[in-house]
Amino acid sequence: MAKTPVTFTLNGSAKAAFANPGQNLLDFLRREVGDLAPKYGCGQGTCGACTVTIDGETMLSCLVLAQAVEGQDVRTASGLATGATLDPLQVAFMDHFAAQCGYCTPGMLVSARALLDRNPRPGREDVIEAISGNLCRCTGYEPIIAAILAVANGKARA
Amino acid sequence: MTVHKGRGFAAINYPIGMNLGGDPSQALVHSNPDGKFTVALSAIDLGQGMKSVTRQIAAETLGVPVEDVYVDTADSDTGPHDMGSFASRGTHRMGNAVIRASEEARQVMLEAAAEELEVDAGDLVTDGKGNIHVRGAASRSITTMAAAQAAQFRQGRTIAGRGIFLIPLSEVDPETGEMSPVTTFAHAAMLVTVEVDDETGEVAVTDMQSAYEVGRALNPKLVEQQLRGGAWMGMSHAAWETTEPYYPTRDHRPEDFNTYIMPGPGDLAPHHISILERPAADGPYGGKGPGEMCANPVLPAVVNAVYDAVGVRIDDLPVTPEKVLRGIQAIGGAKPRQAL
Amino acid sequence: MNDMTSEGPMVEFRKDLFADERDDNLNEVGKPTRRQDILGHVTGRSPFFDDHLFNGLLHMRCARSPHHHARIRRIDTSAAEKMPGVVRVLTGRDVPVNLNTLLSLLDFGLDDEPLLSETKVAYIGEPVAAVIAETEAQARAAASAVHVEWEVLPHVLDVEEAIKPGAPAVLDIYPNNKFVYHGKYDHQKLRYGDVDAAFRGVDHVVEGRYQMSPIEQAPIETCGAIAAPEQNDRYVCYTSTQALFFSLGTAAKMLKIPSSRLHFIGGTVGGGFGGKVDSIHEPLAILGTMLTGRPVKYAWDRAEEMQVGAPRGAERWYITDGVMANGRIVARKFIGYFDAGAYTRLSSYAIIKGVGHLPGPYTIPNVYADVFCVYTNRTPATAMRGFGITGVDFAIEAHMDKIAETVGMNPIELRILNAYRDGDMKAHRREAKNCALIECAQVVAEKAGVTLSPEFKAATSMTGGGGARAALPAFTATDEDGRVEGFAATSYAKKSGASSAPVPGAAPASRPARVQASAQSPARPAAQPASPPSAAPVHTADPADKKPARSGAMRFSSLSGFRRR
Repeated sequence: MAKTPVTFTLNGSAKAAFANPGQNLLDFLRREVGDLAPKYGCGQGTCGACTVTIDGETMLSCLVLAQAVEGQDVRTASGLATGATLDPLQVAFMDHFAAQCGYCTPGMLVSARALLDRNPRPGREDVIEAISGNLCRCTGYEPIIAAILAVANGKARA
Repeated sequence: MTVHKGRGFAAINYPIGMNLGGDPSQALVHSNPDGKFTVALSAIDLGQGMKSVTRQIAAETLGVPVEDVYVDTADSDTGPHDMGSFASRGTHRMGNAVIRASEEARQVMLEAAAEELEVDAGDLVTDGKGNIHVRGAASRSITTMAAAQAAQFRQGRTIAGRGIFLIPLSEVDPETGEMSPVTTFAHAAMLVTVEVDDETGEVAVTDMQSAYEVGRALNPKLVEQQLRGGAWMGMSHAAWETTEPYYPTRDHRPEDFNTYIMPGPGDLAPHHISILERPAADGPYGGKGPGEMCANPVLPAVVNAVYDAVGVRIDDLPVTPEKVLRGIQAIGGAKPRQAL
Repeated sequence: MNDMTSEGPMVEFRKDLFADERDDNLNEVGKPTRRQDILGHVTGRSPFFDDHLFNGLLHMRCARSPHHHARIRRIDTSAAEKMPGVVRVLTGRDVPVNLNTLLSLLDFGLDDEPLLSETKVAYIGEPVAAVIAETEAQARAAASAVHVEWEVLPHVLDVEEAIKPGAPAVLDIYPNNKFVYHGKYDHQKLRYGDVDAAFRGVDHVVEGRYQMSPIEQAPIETCGAIAAPEQNDRYVCYTSTQALFFSLGTAAKMLKIPSSRLHFIGGTVGGGFGGKVDSIHEPLAILGTMLTGRPVKYAWDRAEEMQVGAPRGAERWYITDGVMANGRIVARKFIGYFDAGAYTRLSSYAIIKGVGHLPGPYTIPNVYADVFCVYTNRTPATAMRGFGITGVDFAIEAHMDKIAETVGMNPIELRILNAYRDGDMKAHRREAKNCALIECAQVVAEKAGVTLSPEFKAATSMTGGGGARAALPAFTATDEDGRVEGFAATSYAKKSGASSAPVPGAAPASRPARVQASAQSPARPAAQPASPPSAAPVHTADPADKKPARSGAMRFSSLSGFRRR
């Protein structure tokens, strides 16, 4: 079984690992690279739990071939914090009780961060659009929307 | 094409804990030499906040700040038996077990402090901020940390406690169904507003007004989490999801989230929640478990609202545009009642 | 205390209600303390079962039935075994104890379900072989290469068809596809007063039929477990279960391994909602580890989670109410069918929970219910949020609106009129306490701008109950309909009626005098004493039963009538 070497950047650090034939990026990141933040929810590209960004764009890592990220800049929820300092979105999610089981949270945060990076002052409809691909079964979405808007409106703690 | 508004009401109660009882939960609580407590459980946190609510219950009972308590679960090597997280039993059963274990540990802690302060343990109180002092004389005081260190290294006491909570299994009479199902019930009432499009059959839930009675909101934000998330799931039950859309045939079974549909963030109805608290006599600080009953009133409230909007009774869940349209056809056109 | 965000909806705490029953002077309880686990959630560090890395992890996937109902003539795993990456293929022969029912741990019900089926399948998706391979893709490919010779059997999917004589036998240990209760009846009865007599004197009879389709729990994390050899000849199992010791006990039983050799770790689960109690993954993953010596992961993909994983079972309810012109419901009759699917799992228990819930939070002097646990050729059902209650509450509350329309009454006032109050007697013959239905209804009416008339605005849960409403009915009509023969009724099946032990923390209930049953049941003891019964129940000993008279706590086994050896 011939494995393919993949060299890429993960959350700002250079990484290299071997991918099995046909291995998707989600499985590759979790098993071969050891970043457990992106989660498996469906493997069908419909739940968003595996959301990462590749060169700044949100992507469903369960639908991306691992070897396709050769040379690219991949970011997961593990890269949101800077050292020990949390991203304001992470703080806002905690303050607003925007997570219960926590399983959708890494993917949700990646989508939220990507939204604020491209649109720092979104309205409620923009937020809804941005997280529409991230399913949550626990919260009913309101506290997640509130947390993201709080950061956007400058009402969240740094 | 007209969009008709309608309102529907429902009221329910919900049994707290495993039906008939017989479902034990155990907890172990112990302090490290610095007066920091670990609560060892094998209870499961599914997201409902088991770790968090038991932490607050332990801290309250021990009389220490919540920062000094950590809940460790679930490991069968270190956590004593628990029946599991289901049947809205967690807060009620595990909460009570944690109280009993914490009471035992607290008593030893007070005895250790009493020995250091040379007073009677019965004269001591905790301030909830990490201090133990004589009732009415705050200056005669010792920190919980110092009491724990003294217990461990000088006195030879274990600041630890064990607790079990078990409601004995009830019988069921085969002839009459007489039984003791549970000891306490939570309550809810819900009024939803829907808009029904009489051309597409689509139903949108546009408002929810609810009242939930939960015994005591042990953590108001955790309770709100359950009520919001649960009501969303109830909405989904009522008008979105099923694994068998043409039950009892098994045709067109969904196998992914494209065909197993649930409301997304763009489908939300504003949900205005009122929380009532009538403590359960045997609930931990009176608490009941809100985790299951939050969804239930939404289902009938939605079907009642659809009837109010277009005069179609849908007795077969979930409500779907197809059922609404067939119903409107059968009665010769939408017949809004708008009676509520 | 109001929490009003500028765009978001409102939460309010009605501290004014029941204030005299509460001491709100607490330290940590009642505070909106940040969750202990939420920092882990937002950093991706919370350890779900799959968030553990193993060297040499193997992956398990099952070959499954494509038929609703079929006999297995032959399972041929030879082609699968030769495929790339395949380490081992398991069938039912490899499972030490290949028959179980989930509630056997509580001594309730007959073992009916294999871990890997060998002789017959009764639902689409039922597993017949488990392939263990180096990668998930290889396991998936090899599972498709397992060849099974099927003899397709007729199937039945409708609950009322399934219970007719001559219907295909889904589970042949129970006659006519119905679970047997107390070794005696094919359903659970609720009999309180005399509904047939009451119907003769009412102003309106309102009928309804309600159906709830199956629903997936659909947690974002699918069910799964990873098992691995641990030091000291033990096995560790990381699991998504909602019930750690339930799963450990099930694995110990089916794998015939002492529980002391099993180390289960879990507690952080990505949503459960009742779908993670069935304890299927742990025994299979551990078996894989036992037989390969390597870590094995067995988890459902989303398609399996949706259609192989047990849903909330469908329910069908027929309700007939006898109503007076003023809106008082004086008689309520239920016929309920829980669709258990192909195996029992927890459905047998759901019926009891449902019956204990009837007729809903209302004081109704005559109540009758027959509730059936029915087997059909579909995915077995299991618990889900509101288990045993959600379906019947939907039926009851939809029905209440029909009554409101029939008598021309405001639907909220109808609820308040019929609501139970402190001190009322309930249909399962226990006193209502700690009620709050009326207050919830009043709060909602006020918020929603629905004006209640003064009588209903003034009602409370603490007033108007008890008294005559606390009395048991003078006569309760009972029957022996649905009697099942050939199931050994144990010595526990006949009881004096009341609970054997008082419930801790509750005021000791005065044991209501039992109503004399009809003359059709001569085996029943004669007139009941009004005082609490003795601890040892009266029973007629089966000559073959050499066990001593029971004392102490009730056992689940008496509900099914099946004693475990």
